[in-house]
This record gives sequence, C-alpha cells and structure tokens, in this order.
Amino acid sequence: MTAILEVKGLQTNYGDVNVLAGVDFTVQPGETYAMVGESGSGKTTVIRAIAGLAPAQAGSVKFDGKEIRGIGEAAMRPLRKDIAMMFQDPTGSLSPRLTIRNLITEPYKIQGMKDRDLDAEAKRLLEMVNLPSHFADRYPYQLSGGQARRVGVARALALEPKLILADEPTAGLDVSVQGELLNLLNALRERLGLSMVIITHNLNVVRHVADRMGILYLGRLVEEGTTEDIFKSPRHPYTNCLLSANPEPDPDARLERIALTGEPPSLLNRPSGCEFRERCPMASDICTNTPIWETAKGHGIRCLTPL
Amino acid sequence: MSDALLEIDNLCVDYETARGDLKALRDITFNINKGEIVGIVGESGCGKSTLISAILRLIAPNTRFRNGEIRFKGEDLLTASEEKIRSLRGSDISIVFQDPMQTHNPVISIGNQMVDIQHRSKAPKAEKRAYAAKMLAAVGIPDPDARLNQYPHEFSGGMRQRIAIAMALMSEPDLLIADEPTTALDATLEVQIIERLKNLQKDFGCSILFISHHLGVIAELCDRVVVMYAGAVVESGTVREVFHNPKHPYTKRLIECDPGHIKERARVLPTIPGEVPDLANLPSGCIFRDRCLQAMDRCTSVPPLTDITESQRAACWLNHMEAAE
Repeated sequence: MTAILEVKGLQTNYGDVNVLAGVDFTVQPGETYAMVGESGSGKTTVIRAIAGLAPAQAGSVKFDGKEIRGIGEAAMRPLRKDIAMMFQDPTGSLSPRLTIRNLITEPYKIQGMKDRDLDAEAKRLLEMVNLPSHFADRYPYQLSGGQARRVGVARALALEPKLILADEPTAGLDVSVQGELLNLLNALRERLGLSMVIITHNLNVVRHVADRMGILYLGRLVEEGTTEDIFKSPRHPYTNCLLSANPEPDPDARLERIALTGEPPSLLNRPSGCEFRERCPMASDICTNTPIWETAKGHGIRCLTPL
Repeated sequence: MSDALLEIDNLCVDYETARGDLKALRDITFNINKGEIVGIVGESGCGKSTLISAILRLIAPNTRFRNGEIRFKGEDLLTASEEKIRSLRGSDISIVFQDPMQTHNPVISIGNQMVDIQHRSKAPKAEKRAYAAKMLAAVGIPDPDARLNQYPHEFSGGMRQRIAIAMALMSEPDLLIADEPTTALDATLEVQIIERLKNLQKDFGCSILFISHHLGVIAELCDRVVVMYAGAVVESGTVREVFHNPKHPYTKRLIECDPGHIKERARVLPTIPGEVPDLANLPSGCIFRDRCLQAMDRCTSVPPLTDITESQRAACWLNHMEAAE
C-alpha cells in the first residue's frame, strides 16, 4: 500500500534559523497522525511546509507517491483539492466580508468547478458539520468559536480531500465543544476514509483521535510510535515530561510530576550532543554525543539514556 | 472582622443592547477569604470576564449594575468613588491577563515598564530597578539585571507571562486576579506557571481569583472552585467536593466531557448537546434546563443556590428531592 504522505529529511530554514532539522514520518491511508511538542518546536512549520506554504530547503515530501516538495504554486494548485488545511485561528482564517455560503463554496470556484449547484453544496456541507442551513447567510463575526471551527471543517472537506492537515483544531474551544468537534472529525474520517495530520499540544486530545504520534523537539522528532504505546510506555525523557505535565481534572492527582526545567534552547545556537540534555532529568556524560534515530517494533526514539 | 477579603452578594449585571437588556450576571454570590485561591470555571459566555470587569469596575459604557454588592475588605466597590477605585487598581487588586504576547508595551524595555508601574512609590529610580530585578528573579527569570534591558519580543511566551505575574505582584496586592493566564501556553509551560503561582501565593500571602475553562488546572491549583453557567453560579465548594462529588448536572457533565478524565481511547467523546441560552431572552426556570438530562416539571422555576455541606452549594432541585427522601 502506498503511504498517503511520506516525509523524509524535511528541512526548513528561515534565514539563519534552522526550524526543521530533518523530519521523517509517514501517514497511511485512513490514519490519523498527531504531531506534538512545545511552542516553537516546529509543529506548525511541518504542516505548512508539506502544504507548500512554508519553504522547505531540503528533503522529500511525497503525497500519494508523488514528490511535491518545491513543485511550485502552479503544480501545487490542483493538488490542493486533495490536501486540505485547517488553520489554527478559527475566526481569523475566515474572510470577514464573505458569508458562510461563499466561504464554504469558495473552494469550488477556486478549483474551477463552477457547474456545481453551490447552494445545494453549501446546504450539504453545513448539514455535514451539524450547523443549521440558515447559517449560510451569516458572516464570521456572528459565529462563536466552535461554530467558526465547524465552518473551517466544512471548508476543508468541501472538495473531499484525501489528507487533512489540521493545526490545533481544538485550541481555545470549551471542553464540551471540543468533544463535538473531535467526534465530528472521527465520524467523517470513518465515513470518507480521510487521513489526517493533527498538530496539537493537548495530549488529552491526542489519546482519543490519533493512531500514531510523533514528538517534536527543536525541529526534530525525538520519539514516534503508536499512541497507545507512547502513552503506556514513553521511552524518551522529554516525552515522559510532556505526558506528566498534563493537568488532570482531579484534585488528588497532583502527584508524580516530572518537572521540565528551563526554556527550550535557541534555534540560533543549537546545543551540541543531545539537544535536550540541558533540561533532561536523565542526562549523563554520554549525552554529549549526538544520539541517532533507532526503531524497534515501530517505536522510534532519539536518545542515549532511554527509559 | 471576618476572614473574607472579597465578598460578592447577589450581583446582577446587565448590558443594555439594541435587542434589550442582556442579563450577563444574575445573583452571583461567593467569597474569597484571605490567602485563599479560588477558581472560577465555566465555558465561553458564562460571565467570567464580566465578573472581573465588575470587580475592577473597568466596565463598558452600556453596563448596568442592577443589584448586589461587591465588598473588598468590607467596602462596597460599586458605590466607591472613582478616585478610591483607582487607588485600589494595580495596588490592592491586580490582574494578569490572558494573552502574554499583548500584555507588554513592545517598544519599552521590560525594566522601564517595571519601573513605570511603581509610579506610586517615591523611591529613587535605582531602587525601583533593583526591586524589578528582584521580582524577575522571584518568578524564575535567570540573569534578571541584564534581562531588564531587553524588550518583550526577546522573551518567550512563558517568560512574558511570568513577567506579567511579577509585575502584578510588585505592589504586593491583597488580591491577584488571573484571567486564563495559561490558556495561550502549552502544557509544560502551563504547569510551570501553576507551580510558580502556588509558591508565590505562599510567599506573598495574597488571595488569588483564578479564571479558567481548563478543569485540570483548577483542580491542580485552587482551594475552592465556583462553577458558572450562562451568567449564574450553579455550584461552589472545595475542589475535592466539586470534582469528586458534583451536585449540579452541569458540573457533572463538564467533568465527564474533559478528555483528561477518560483514560481509555474513546471514539466518541461525551459532549453537552444544545447551546447556551440567549441571555437577552432568558428562558424561564432553571438556566440549564434545556440541556439537562434530568430536567423535570419543577425545573420551570429557578432553583436557589442552597447549602449541601458547610462549604458546598449547588443550585439544583435534584438536591432538594434527595434531602426530602
């Protein structure tokens, strides 16, 4: 089976700043892959680089077996109906001057599918994301955050893409609305066979939606595996810190916290050896060597002192 | 004198709008004692922000105080003179806002901002600067003297939020209001900020009013919690009582919805179907009735907030039935 997305050695530099230092991962058809990490770890850059919205100076991005890195906007445009983006800011990503009908049917116009009955499509899409059909005449400012998110989903699904790249799809949503959106994405995935890459720093969300996950630190994957495996037995000390920094809604659960000290190092001045060693509770002398990526049974890790 | 630092009694606040009065807060009643951390939890539109602006009296022109009192150290803030309120803001009561990226002036160095904020003090500038450095150290910013010369963009999000906390604590306030201070930060930084707030609270002995929609953070940090829904308090109590033995269906549902609560992978997560009612056109009876699975005939009248235990209160008729049985 051909992977729907295969990323190899992806590198992105903004001027002198090396944001992605070689990212590798694959997504199979129908799979949801979560990319987690702290602010500034390069999560958003990864999906923007895949979609051709951020530069990617080196590496390879294969979509459905075809190389798409650096193919240029003209070649990318027809592919955009297969690769949909969901942006982080739900209201900010919708033009304030267009009605919801125009916003969710805009993809058809851009892809030159003008023969479609746009009113009918708008109705179908709104129904799909559980919004009442009269919302078609509203403007973005009249929507709540959760409703705007759902419009974002409708827009992303309009052209029946094969792959969705979702940047923090539940950020800023209330818990009850967050559940609604995740249920919607899960249901649509089952019905339409979508593949998804979800960027998030909310680990509670990852556990319920992702089949596999990768942990990004300073623009490099430090661990990757099935979600179940990683939650059950994280092997990289950084992953362990992340998982333990997950406040639980139980006042008696305030125990076992592995403190992550200090700030992430500057990308302009990457540490030598293991880049996590200055903050790592497990670090020892051998960590001045650079760890390499090792995999066993589909569980990959970049660490010299794993758990 | 009682232990209460801030007492809110039957507070009712409306916004006058073209569609009629929007009843943003209705009969809000709770206290914050000295040295206590009280959390307010509730979803968008429940009135958290209106409550903060009412306490600080930083209100929009269409705000109308219809009823109730907010007493700070025994004095009613709603009838206090503008001068009095100004003397309290930023000295006795200070606030940390949600977005650390927009809290600081981008074109003034952190040091100068921290000196400016001490405008009430007559101390010489060098002394103010030394105090600023001391506060930066207190919130865990390394090398504080050199950092004072830097500008906000030279700090990370987590650091900026810690600087905002340092600035809010400089006047040694009696009450620190934290309005979703961790929402814009990721989980690791969130934990750092919570730990920091806990320790600072011990050192400074101030009370904290902590607003959040993140249940995990509230459970971690607070002594007591007030649950708000659509402009009303539906439940309050110690965090243990409310999280382990919630007495209002909304609180129960909210806790169930939190994915942090569900350990096994769930394909379908619990939600609360329905929408928050329109506050300009309030339905009769219990505010949660339309979305409540246990609603009954009696819910067509508004349930009062009644004592369940010495510290826990809830506004639901189900508790009256239980008591009667």
